[in-house]
Amino acid sequence: MKESNTLKWFLWIYIGLIFVFIFSPIIFSMIFSFNSARFPTIPLESFTWHWYETIWNDSDVWQAAKTSVIVSSCTAVIATALGFATAYSDFRYNFRFKGPYLALVLLPPTIPLIILALAMLAWFSKIGTSGQIYSIVIAHSVMTAPFAMAIIRLRLNQIDENLEAAAWNLGASEWRAMKEVILPFCKPAIVSSLCLTAAVSFDEFAVAWFVSGLNKTIPVMIMEIVTGNIDPRVNAIGTFVFITSMTLVIIAQIFFMTRPKEASAQ
Amino acid sequence: MSNPQSEPLVELESVVKRFDDFVAVKSMDLTIGKGEFVAIMGPSGCGKTTTLRMLAGLEQPTEGEIRIGGELMNDVPPHDRDTPMVWQSLALFPFLNARENVEFGLKMRKVPAAERKKRALEWLDRLGIGEFAERNVATLSGGQRQRVALARSLVTEPKLLLLDEPLSALDAHLVIRMQSVLTKLQRELGITFVYVTHSQSEAFAMADRVVIMSQGEIAQIGSSRDIYREPANRFVAEFVGRNNIISGKVVKVTKGKAEVIAASGTYVVEAGDLLEGQETTFVISADLVQITREATKSENSVQCSLISEEFIGSVVTLFLEAADGTEFKVQLQERELSTLDHGAGDEFYLSWPAKSAHIIDGA
Repeated sequence: MKESNTLKWFLWIYIGLIFVFIFSPIIFSMIFSFNSARFPTIPLESFTWHWYETIWNDSDVWQAAKTSVIVSSCTAVIATALGFATAYSDFRYNFRFKGPYLALVLLPPTIPLIILALAMLAWFSKIGTSGQIYSIVIAHSVMTAPFAMAIIRLRLNQIDENLEAAAWNLGASEWRAMKEVILPFCKPAIVSSLCLTAAVSFDEFAVAWFVSGLNKTIPVMIMEIVTGNIDPRVNAIGTFVFITSMTLVIIAQIFFMTRPKEASAQ
Repeated sequence: MSNPQSEPLVELESVVKRFDDFVAVKSMDLTIGKGEFVAIMGPSGCGKTTTLRMLAGLEQPTEGEIRIGGELMNDVPPHDRDTPMVWQSLALFPFLNARENVEFGLKMRKVPAAERKKRALEWLDRLGIGEFAERNVATLSGGQRQRVALARSLVTEPKLLLLDEPLSALDAHLVIRMQSVLTKLQRELGITFVYVTHSQSEAFAMADRVVIMSQGEIAQIGSSRDIYREPANRFVAEFVGRNNIISGKVVKVTKGKAEVIAASGTYVVEAGDLLEGQETTFVISADLVQITREATKSENSVQCSLISEEFIGSVVTLFLEAADGTEFKVQLQERELSTLDHGAGDEFYLSWPAKSAHIIDGA
């Protein structure tokens, strides 16, 4: 018992350190966003809303935020639709070359971002579609669809395999059964997937930077600000981005976790 | 009771179902009458569930014809049939409450919402679970969910109800209760039940006719009594499990009786069509065998030693072994046993009259 207690403490401390390591830079950035000094130094000077007021009145920030919101919401919808279709086809059907098909579907996250970004840029330029908002949407959908697929496939794993057949048996056509049974069953996973893919797209820098052209998203804009000089506006924008992403991820988690009650229905 | 002569509702004609190389059902012919309660029974993999799924349209027969109410059903998709099914897993929709589950079939048939609700509640009441109508199905007990599943299938008032091992997930005492619910419903509604099970007690207790399947073929069709007392073949005799099966050679036929020499002794059976020199197999139900300490003057008697006993409620099955190692089973009431004063290894005499033996082979 004593040994396992030591181990428990060790693990808790370990987890604590991981959180400190990951979150302390973000927390510092948040703190400095309220600090009146121009440079991020300690001791802190006085509390201020100044940097938030600056970005609030900056039309470039608004433009970038608008682009980011459009891109991430379109990406979320497209990636989730694709992910659902793939997950369902894997769940429901057996076909030749299913293995290679699934491998291909799940490939994008394994490609280094910079390579993906370069390839996307080259391809979009070639077919004359680079630098548009929809170019970013397409690129982000390709990147995030596998996550959507994974989330929804996990949900489908929990379905009673007779549930769909039971709907047909009670007079539902295949489309009707999809609408009345499969989609409602997958709803938590679909909401979770929408939030998560939106969050990934909202945060993503590399690919967006390559293919966005003049349609800067917020991460691209942050990058442009920090390459120029030290500007505490970045802290304020960063705080806003962090809170948006965390909210989406937490909602995703909450929906992703809603199963124990139904799982016990067996 | 058994009414295979009534107007047919379901007809299977030379139905074959193959999955790639595996033959699940081999040339099956079966007619089920209107209002009949038929149980299809057999070990797992015998094709009973495949047969049921073909009736529901979830599988298409590879060959042959399936007709329901005289109409050819081979290519009719499941949702265009009126063949609701009660699933082994129940397959209740977890995101709907009990009433919404029951309403599902009506909703698919475009019944207006108010009438849907009324009819769903009526059925839930009829099955004694009206008070749980608005409850999430996950919070109901096994027996309650069973009733929701039944109500969901019956609310559309079908002519035919398919049941796939619906009671297998329930506790023993609930099984008995649901059996009486089912038989009562079937009689009141007068609709046809096709009930797939691997449980003899369920099949024998409820069905008008029992179909025993083995490896994709029908091994026997008959009333519970037929199958129990007069198994058509060795498979059925073994599957029913309470039979003593003896094989031997007919050595003498006189006055309507035949003498058969088997490994464990010489026995007398009613001759029927048996001829001298013929190999034959006959069965004696375990409950028709008498067990005594002393030898009796019965036509058939064999000395055995007791190996073990098995209690199921008030019925006891004794397992004994003859000198040559042949196993015998004797079934008797617990109170009869208490007068016997027995212990493992004790010697007993088993006896039965010739008319108790049923010939399954060489007849």
